[in-house]
Amino acid sequence: MKRKIPLLITFTVGIILIISEFIPHKPFGQLSGELEIWFLIISGFAILLGQLSLFKVNILKIKYKQRDWQFYTITLISFIIMVTLGFLWGTGKSAGMLGHGEAISSMLGYKPFDYLFHNIYQHLQATMFSLLAFFIASAAYRAFIGRTVESNLLLASAVLVMLGNTTLGSLLTGWLPESLNFLHLPKVSEFIMTFPTTAGQRAIMIGAGLGIIGSSLRIILGIERSYLGGE
Amino acid sequence: MEQFFATLGIWLGALFTFAIFSFLYKDNPFYKTAEQIFVGLSAGYWSVYTIFFILIPNLYEPLTQNFNANWIKLIPAILGIMMLLRLIPKIEWVSRFPLSIVIGTTSGVFFLRYLKSDVLNQLTATMINPFLGESWVIVIGKIMLIIGTICGVVYFYFSKKHIGALGVSAKIGIYFLMVSFGAAFGYTAMARISLLIGRLQFLLGDWLGIIQP
Repeated sequence: MKRKIPLLITFTVGIILIISEFIPHKPFGQLSGELEIWFLIISGFAILLGQLSLFKVNILKIKYKQRDWQFYTITLISFIIMVTLGFLWGTGKSAGMLGHGEAISSMLGYKPFDYLFHNIYQHLQATMFSLLAFFIASAAYRAFIGRTVESNLLLASAVLVMLGNTTLGSLLTGWLPESLNFLHLPKVSEFIMTFPTTAGQRAIMIGAGLGIIGSSLRIILGIERSYLGGE
Repeated sequence: MEQFFATLGIWLGALFTFAIFSFLYKDNPFYKTAEQIFVGLSAGYWSVYTIFFILIPNLYEPLTQNFNANWIKLIPAILGIMMLLRLIPKIEWVSRFPLSIVIGTTSGVFFLRYLKSDVLNQLTATMINPFLGESWVIVIGKIMLIIGTICGVVYFYFSKKHIGALGVSAKIGIYFLMVSFGAAFGYTAMARISLLIGRLQFLLGDWLGIIQP
């Protein structure tokens, strides 16, 4: 029962959704619409499960005083502060348990939750991602060593696309006559993006698409059942 | 008072920016603190977002405003609560029921979505007459598009050994994939550098006021 009923549910739900595409009438069309809302609601609970799991893991790390446990208290405190402020005064146009908090919002310039979002969260996120600019440069140094035809193509394509999107690229080939306009770096970059890159992306999309279709069928038919956990 | 908190916000942003950038020297307590605050705030943000923008409009409001028409939504609510039981090891198996609905829906939706968008639409877009171009550059481009797509797909065909004609096609496919990866790498590098420029603009403009934002 613990495994067979979930497999049956997966099969039924998957088949209803596929059938509803070909027979969009009652009851299939209605059922698939309702199932998609159910999916959204359960996914919402799944996100909450993730947050609760993070909370539990951090509590355990602090309880057993694991290495750097002090930093995990910071995670928990910032999590609790963000959630509490969100619940009390809401976010954006949504009111919280204490309403919109006009008094505190006029003092901060934002709702407390939004104040933290704009002044801390957004800066942390942007800086964290901008940090990758340095690591990507070091990765480029290693990846772009032109030993083989493949790595030379990778190097040439990346350099041409980057140059073609900068003013330096336009300056370098700006002197070319009209008859050689196709060699102008922004044009070369556009050509690479429109044709060979699209071809490569398309091949990846078709390959991945076929893979996803195969995996979906395996799951619906109960061949792939690892999501139920090992037993 | 609002001005004070606006200035405080900019200072907090600058401090956390430096804390993250300090990782470029080496891992240190300032970076770790900023990193953990980021994790905590992210988790908190998504919790509040999920409740306010998913659960309240799709579950709470329909049930409280018109229960008779929406009582069926109690089923996903119960299934959602069953999902949370995954945290209790003894009755963890109960979460398989809601999980099976999520997996079944995802599989059904993905089956159709990828069949249409990633397979049929891409194949249709490749079935073009390459000689109907405005210039010879476009004609060459379209020929490359057709050959690149076919050879790229051949490269992903692993049921037969890549030798002979299949090997040559697969090799051409790799070349197109490499050009594609290079372009994607170039774009990613530019996106990251533009984020870095954004950070520098914040520090030099909003924080120090040296440059005009």
